[in-house]
Amino acid sequence: MTVWHVILLATAATLALKLAGHLVPASFLERERPARIADLLTVALLAALIAVQTLAVGQTLVVDARVPALVVAAALYAVRTPFIVVVAVAALVAAGIRLFV
Amino acid sequence: MPESDVDASIRGARRDGIAVGLATAAYGISFGALSVASGLDVWQTCFLSLLMFTGGSQFALVGVLGAGGVAAGGSAIAAAALLGVRNVVYGMRMRPVVGDHGLAHRIAAAWLTIDESTAVALAQTNERAARVGFWVTGLAIFVGWNLTTLLGALIGDALGDTRAYGLDAAAAAAFLGLLWPRLKRVQAGATAVLAAVVATVATPVLTPGLPVLVAAVVALVVGWFDLFRRREAVR
Repeated sequence: MTVWHVILLATAATLALKLAGHLVPASFLERERPARIADLLTVALLAALIAVQTLAVGQTLVVDARVPALVVAAALYAVRTPFIVVVAVAALVAAGIRLFV
Repeated sequence: MPESDVDASIRGARRDGIAVGLATAAYGISFGALSVASGLDVWQTCFLSLLMFTGGSQFALVGVLGAGGVAAGGSAIAAAALLGVRNVVYGMRMRPVVGDHGLAHRIAAAWLTIDESTAVALAQTNERAARVGFWVTGLAIFVGWNLTTLLGALIGDALGDTRAYGLDAAAAAAFLGLLWPRLKRVQAGATAVLAAVVATVATPVLTPGLPVLVAAVVALVVGWFDLFRRREAVR
Protein backbone atom coordinates (compact mmCIF):
# COMPACT_ATOMS: atom_id res chain seq x y z
CA MET A 1 0.00 0.00 0.00
CA THR A 2 1.32 3.48 -0.84
CA VAL A 3 0.31 6.79 0.73
CA TRP A 4 -1.87 7.46 -2.33
CA HIS A 5 -3.73 4.15 -1.85
CA VAL A 6 -4.42 5.08 1.77
CA ILE A 7 -5.64 8.53 0.73
CA LEU A 8 -7.90 7.22 -2.04
CA LEU A 9 -9.47 4.50 0.10
CA ALA A 10 -10.03 6.82 3.06
CA THR A 11 -11.52 9.50 0.80
CA ALA A 12 -13.83 6.97 -0.85
CA ALA A 13 -14.99 5.78 2.58
CA THR A 14 -15.67 9.23 3.99
CA LEU A 15 -17.44 10.43 0.83
CA ALA A 16 -19.58 7.28 0.82
CA LEU A 17 -20.60 8.04 4.39
CA LYS A 18 -21.56 11.61 3.48
CA LEU A 19 -23.62 10.36 0.53
CA ALA A 20 -25.27 7.64 2.61
CA GLY A 21 -26.95 10.23 4.81
CA HIS A 22 -28.44 11.99 1.80
CA LEU A 23 -29.31 8.99 -0.39
CA VAL A 24 -30.09 5.96 1.76
CA PRO A 25 -33.66 5.95 3.09
CA ALA A 26 -33.58 7.28 6.63
CA SER A 27 -34.49 4.75 9.24
CA PHE A 28 -31.77 3.01 11.24
CA LEU A 29 -29.62 6.01 12.19
CA GLU A 30 -32.58 8.19 13.05
CA ARG A 31 -33.13 6.13 16.14
CA GLU A 32 -31.65 7.51 19.32
CA ARG A 33 -29.07 4.82 20.02
CA PRO A 34 -27.22 4.78 16.65
CA ALA A 35 -27.19 8.59 16.57
CA ARG A 36 -25.74 8.68 20.07
CA ILE A 37 -23.06 6.13 19.19
CA ALA A 38 -22.14 8.13 16.06
CA ASP A 39 -21.68 11.24 18.22
CA LEU A 40 -19.63 9.43 20.85
CA LEU A 41 -17.45 7.76 18.19
CA THR A 42 -16.20 11.21 17.24
CA VAL A 43 -15.42 12.03 20.86
CA ALA A 44 -13.66 8.70 21.55
CA LEU A 45 -11.55 8.82 18.39
CA LEU A 46 -10.43 12.40 18.97
CA ALA A 47 -9.58 11.70 22.63
CA ALA A 48 -7.61 8.59 21.64
CA LEU A 49 -5.75 10.57 18.98
CA ILE A 50 -4.85 13.23 21.57
CA ALA A 51 -3.49 10.57 23.95
CA VAL A 52 -1.42 8.86 21.27
CA GLN A 53 -0.20 12.10 19.73
CA THR A 54 0.88 13.37 23.17
CA LEU A 55 2.38 10.25 24.78
CA ALA A 56 3.42 7.77 22.10
CA VAL A 57 6.67 7.45 20.18
CA GLY A 58 6.05 4.37 18.08
CA GLN A 59 4.99 1.78 20.65
CA THR A 60 6.75 3.47 23.57
CA LEU A 61 5.07 5.84 26.02
CA VAL A 62 7.15 8.97 26.57
CA VAL A 63 6.47 12.08 28.65
CA ASP A 64 8.21 14.98 26.92
CA ALA A 65 7.64 18.56 25.76
CA ARG A 66 4.30 17.58 24.20
CA VAL A 67 2.66 17.16 27.62
CA PRO A 68 3.17 20.73 28.90
CA ALA A 69 2.23 21.99 25.43
CA LEU A 70 -1.08 20.14 25.62
CA VAL A 71 -1.74 21.44 29.15
CA VAL A 72 -1.19 24.99 27.91
CA ALA A 73 -3.51 24.30 24.96
CA ALA A 74 -6.27 23.04 27.27
CA ALA A 75 -5.94 26.14 29.45
CA LEU A 76 -6.19 28.39 26.38
CA TYR A 77 -9.27 26.58 25.01
CA ALA A 78 -10.85 26.93 28.46
CA VAL A 79 -10.62 30.73 28.13
CA ARG A 80 -12.00 30.58 24.57
CA THR A 81 -8.80 31.34 22.67
CA PRO A 82 -9.17 30.85 18.89
CA PHE A 83 -8.08 27.48 17.49
CA ILE A 84 -5.29 28.75 15.28
CA VAL A 85 -3.71 30.72 18.15
CA VAL A 86 -3.80 27.72 20.48
CA VAL A 87 -2.23 25.42 17.91
CA ALA A 88 0.57 27.91 17.26
CA VAL A 89 1.21 28.49 20.99
CA ALA A 90 1.32 24.71 21.61
CA ALA A 91 3.96 24.37 18.91
CA LEU A 92 5.95 27.25 20.40
CA VAL A 93 5.80 25.80 23.93
CA ALA A 94 7.06 22.40 22.75
CA ALA A 95 9.74 23.96 20.54
CA GLY A 96 10.84 26.30 23.34
CA ILE A 97 11.17 23.46 25.84
CA ARG A 98 13.18 21.41 23.35
CA LEU A 99 15.45 24.36 22.69
CA PHE A 100 16.27 25.16 26.32
CA VAL A 101 15.94 21.86 28.21
CA MET B 1 -43.81 34.44 9.51
CA PRO B 2 -44.12 37.74 7.54
CA GLU B 3 -42.06 37.98 4.34
CA SER B 4 -39.81 40.77 5.71
CA ASP B 5 -38.90 38.63 8.72
CA VAL B 6 -38.02 35.76 6.40
CA ASP B 7 -35.80 38.08 4.35
CA ALA B 8 -34.08 39.27 7.52
CA SER B 9 -33.55 35.72 8.72
CA ILE B 10 -32.05 34.77 5.34
CA ARG B 11 -29.63 37.69 5.56
CA GLY B 12 -28.76 36.53 9.09
CA ALA B 13 -28.14 32.99 7.86
CA ARG B 14 -25.87 34.29 5.12
CA ARG B 15 -23.94 36.36 7.65
CA ASP B 16 -23.62 33.38 10.04
CA GLY B 17 -22.37 31.19 7.23
CA ILE B 18 -19.67 33.59 6.12
CA ALA B 19 -18.53 34.27 9.71
CA VAL B 20 -18.31 30.55 10.50
CA GLY B 21 -16.61 29.98 7.15
CA LEU B 22 -13.88 32.53 7.84
CA ALA B 23 -13.27 31.20 11.36
CA THR B 24 -13.08 27.60 10.15
CA ALA B 25 -10.85 28.37 7.21
CA ALA B 26 -8.08 29.26 9.67
CA TYR B 27 -7.96 25.60 10.73
CA GLY B 28 -6.82 24.77 7.22
CA ILE B 29 -3.39 26.29 7.80
CA SER B 30 -2.72 23.91 10.67
CA PHE B 31 -4.08 20.97 8.71
CA GLY B 32 -1.84 21.75 5.73
CA ALA B 33 1.27 22.15 7.84
CA LEU B 34 0.59 19.02 9.93
CA SER B 35 -0.21 16.94 6.87
CA VAL B 36 3.12 17.78 5.24
CA ALA B 37 4.85 17.16 8.59
CA SER B 38 3.27 13.68 8.60
CA GLY B 39 4.97 12.80 5.34
CA LEU B 40 2.29 13.66 2.77
CA ASP B 41 3.26 15.92 -0.12
CA VAL B 42 1.52 19.16 -1.03
CA TRP B 43 -0.65 17.48 -3.71
CA GLN B 44 -1.82 14.73 -1.38
CA THR B 45 -2.61 17.29 1.28
CA CYS B 46 -4.69 19.41 -1.10
CA PHE B 47 -6.40 16.30 -2.50
CA LEU B 48 -7.68 15.48 0.98
CA SER B 49 -9.10 18.94 1.57
CA LEU B 50 -10.76 19.01 -1.85
CA LEU B 51 -12.31 15.55 -1.86
CA MET B 52 -12.48 14.24 1.67
CA PHE B 53 -13.40 17.70 3.01
CA THR B 54 -14.18 16.77 6.59
CA GLY B 55 -11.64 18.10 9.06
CA GLY B 56 -11.76 15.47 11.80
CA SER B 57 -11.17 12.60 9.36
CA GLN B 58 -8.41 14.52 7.59
CA PHE B 59 -6.56 15.27 10.82
CA ALA B 60 -6.99 11.64 11.94
CA LEU B 61 -5.67 10.25 8.67
CA VAL B 62 -2.48 12.31 8.71
CA GLY B 63 -2.09 11.85 12.47
CA VAL B 64 -2.10 8.05 12.23
CA LEU B 65 0.08 8.07 9.10
CA GLY B 66 2.51 10.41 10.84
CA ALA B 67 2.80 8.08 13.82
CA GLY B 68 2.83 4.73 12.06
CA GLY B 69 3.72 5.41 8.43
CA VAL B 70 2.17 3.52 5.51
CA ALA B 71 2.33 0.33 7.62
CA ALA B 72 -0.50 1.87 9.68
CA GLY B 73 -2.46 2.63 6.49
CA GLY B 74 -5.34 0.32 7.38
CA SER B 75 -5.74 1.94 10.78
CA ALA B 76 -5.50 5.39 9.23
CA ILE B 77 -8.33 4.59 6.80
CA ALA B 78 -10.45 3.10 9.59
CA ALA B 79 -9.87 6.08 11.89
CA ALA B 80 -10.84 8.52 9.12
CA ALA B 81 -13.95 6.48 8.30
CA LEU B 82 -15.05 6.17 11.93
CA LEU B 83 -14.72 9.93 12.37
CA GLY B 84 -16.83 10.34 9.24
CA VAL B 85 -19.73 8.31 10.62
CA ARG B 86 -21.30 11.41 12.20
CA ASN B 87 -21.67 12.87 8.69
CA VAL B 88 -24.28 10.16 7.97
CA VAL B 89 -26.41 11.58 10.76
CA TYR B 90 -25.83 15.14 9.55
CA GLY B 91 -26.80 14.08 6.02
CA MET B 92 -30.11 12.72 7.21
CA ARG B 93 -30.83 15.93 9.09
CA MET B 94 -29.87 18.05 6.07
CA ARG B 95 -31.82 16.05 3.47
CA PRO B 96 -35.15 17.78 4.11
CA VAL B 97 -33.32 21.14 4.36
CA VAL B 98 -31.69 20.96 0.92
CA GLY B 99 -34.72 19.36 -0.72
CA ASP B 100 -34.83 17.12 -3.80
CA HIS B 101 -33.45 18.80 -6.91
CA GLY B 102 -31.81 15.85 -8.64
CA LEU B 103 -28.77 13.68 -8.09
CA ALA B 104 -26.05 16.28 -8.80
CA HIS B 105 -27.64 18.63 -6.28
CA ARG B 106 -27.74 15.87 -3.68
CA ILE B 107 -24.11 14.93 -4.28
CA ALA B 108 -23.07 18.57 -3.90
CA ALA B 109 -25.07 18.79 -0.67
CA ALA B 110 -23.50 15.58 0.64
CA TRP B 111 -20.04 16.92 -0.22
CA LEU B 112 -20.64 20.05 1.85
CA THR B 113 -22.25 18.20 4.75
CA ILE B 114 -19.90 18.83 7.68
CA ASP B 115 -20.15 19.92 11.32
CA GLU B 116 -20.35 23.63 10.57
CA SER B 117 -22.80 23.67 7.63
CA THR B 118 -25.15 21.40 9.59
CA ALA B 119 -24.85 23.48 12.76
CA VAL B 120 -25.58 26.78 10.98
CA ALA B 121 -28.56 25.26 9.14
CA LEU B 122 -30.03 23.80 12.33
CA ALA B 123 -29.65 27.13 14.13
CA GLN B 124 -32.00 28.93 11.70
CA THR B 125 -35.65 29.64 12.44
CA ASN B 126 -37.22 28.86 9.06
CA GLU B 127 -36.70 26.51 6.12
CA ARG B 128 -35.40 29.02 3.60
CA ALA B 129 -32.90 30.50 6.06
CA ALA B 130 -31.75 26.97 6.97
CA ARG B 131 -31.15 26.18 3.28
CA VAL B 132 -29.24 29.43 2.74
CA GLY B 133 -27.25 28.86 5.93
CA PHE B 134 -26.29 25.35 4.85
CA TRP B 135 -25.08 26.31 1.37
CA VAL B 136 -23.35 29.56 2.29
CA THR B 137 -21.51 27.96 5.21
CA GLY B 138 -20.53 24.89 3.20
CA LEU B 139 -19.30 26.89 0.21
CA ALA B 140 -17.49 29.53 2.30
CA ILE B 141 -15.65 26.82 4.21
CA PHE B 142 -14.92 24.82 1.06
CA VAL B 143 -13.20 27.78 -0.61
CA GLY B 144 -11.42 28.98 2.54
CA TRP B 145 -10.40 25.54 3.76
CA ASN B 146 -8.79 24.60 0.45
CA LEU B 147 -6.92 27.89 0.08
CA THR B 148 -5.57 27.76 3.64
CA THR B 149 -4.69 24.06 3.30
CA LEU B 150 -2.47 24.92 0.34
CA LEU B 151 -0.93 27.80 2.27
CA GLY B 152 -0.30 25.61 5.32
CA ALA B 153 1.18 22.82 3.21
CA LEU B 154 3.60 25.26 1.56
CA ILE B 155 4.59 26.66 4.96
CA GLY B 156 5.08 23.13 6.34
CA ASP B 157 7.15 22.24 3.28
CA ALA B 158 9.40 25.27 3.85
CA LEU B 159 9.84 24.55 7.58
CA GLY B 160 11.64 21.23 7.09
CA ASP B 161 12.45 19.44 10.39
CA THR B 162 9.06 19.79 11.99
CA ARG B 163 9.75 18.14 15.34
CA ALA B 164 12.05 20.99 16.32
CA TYR B 165 9.19 23.41 15.68
CA GLY B 166 6.87 21.48 17.94
CA LEU B 167 4.42 20.51 15.22
CA ASP B 168 3.82 17.15 16.92
CA ALA B 169 2.50 19.05 19.94
CA ALA B 170 0.52 21.28 17.57
CA ALA B 171 -1.21 18.17 16.20
CA ALA B 172 -2.29 17.14 19.70
CA ALA B 173 -3.54 20.68 20.34
CA ALA B 174 -5.46 20.59 17.04
CA PHE B 175 -7.20 17.35 18.04
CA LEU B 176 -8.03 18.91 21.39
CA GLY B 177 -9.53 21.91 19.59
CA LEU B 178 -11.81 19.61 17.59
CA LEU B 179 -12.80 17.73 20.74
CA TRP B 180 -13.32 20.71 23.07
CA PRO B 181 -16.76 21.90 21.84
CA ARG B 182 -18.07 18.33 22.15
CA LEU B 183 -17.30 18.01 25.85
CA LYS B 184 -20.32 19.88 27.22
CA ARG B 185 -22.05 16.71 28.36
CA VAL B 186 -20.93 14.42 31.17
CA GLN B 187 -21.37 11.42 28.88
CA ALA B 188 -19.02 12.87 26.27
CA GLY B 189 -16.44 13.82 28.91
CA ALA B 190 -16.45 10.35 30.42
CA THR B 191 -16.15 8.77 26.96
CA ALA B 192 -13.20 11.01 26.12
CA VAL B 193 -11.31 10.17 29.33
CA LEU B 194 -11.93 6.42 28.98
CA ALA B 195 -10.97 6.43 25.30
CA ALA B 196 -7.73 8.29 26.05
CA VAL B 197 -6.86 5.78 28.80
CA VAL B 198 -7.63 2.79 26.56
CA ALA B 199 -5.52 4.19 23.72
CA THR B 200 -2.63 4.90 26.09
CA VAL B 201 -2.72 1.47 27.70
CA ALA B 202 -2.95 -0.20 24.28
CA THR B 203 -0.02 1.74 22.81
CA PRO B 204 2.83 -0.55 24.03
CA VAL B 205 1.01 -3.75 23.04
CA LEU B 206 -0.51 -2.89 19.64
CA THR B 207 1.04 -1.63 16.41
CA PRO B 208 0.72 2.16 15.83
CA GLY B 209 -2.74 3.13 14.66
CA LEU B 210 -4.61 0.29 16.31
CA PRO B 211 -4.82 1.86 19.81
CA VAL B 212 -6.98 4.64 18.35
CA LEU B 213 -9.36 2.11 16.82
CA VAL B 214 -9.58 0.04 20.00
CA ALA B 215 -10.67 3.20 21.84
CA ALA B 216 -13.70 3.37 19.54
CA VAL B 217 -15.08 0.41 21.50
CA VAL B 218 -15.54 2.83 24.42
CA ALA B 219 -17.99 4.83 22.31
CA LEU B 220 -19.88 1.68 21.33
CA VAL B 221 -20.24 0.52 24.93
CA VAL B 222 -21.09 3.91 26.43
CA GLY B 223 -23.46 4.73 23.56
CA TRP B 224 -25.18 1.36 23.50
CA PHE B 225 -25.94 1.24 27.22
CA ASP B 226 -26.33 5.02 27.50
CA LEU B 227 -23.90 5.19 30.44
CA PHE B 228 -22.92 8.30 32.44
CA ARG B 229 -26.21 10.12 32.02
CA ARG B 230 -27.29 10.56 35.61
CA ARG B 231 -26.32 14.17 36.05
CA GLU B 232 -28.00 15.20 32.81
CA ALA B 233 -31.24 13.59 33.95
CA VAL B 234 -31.22 15.74 37.08
CA ARG B 235 -30.77 18.93 35.10
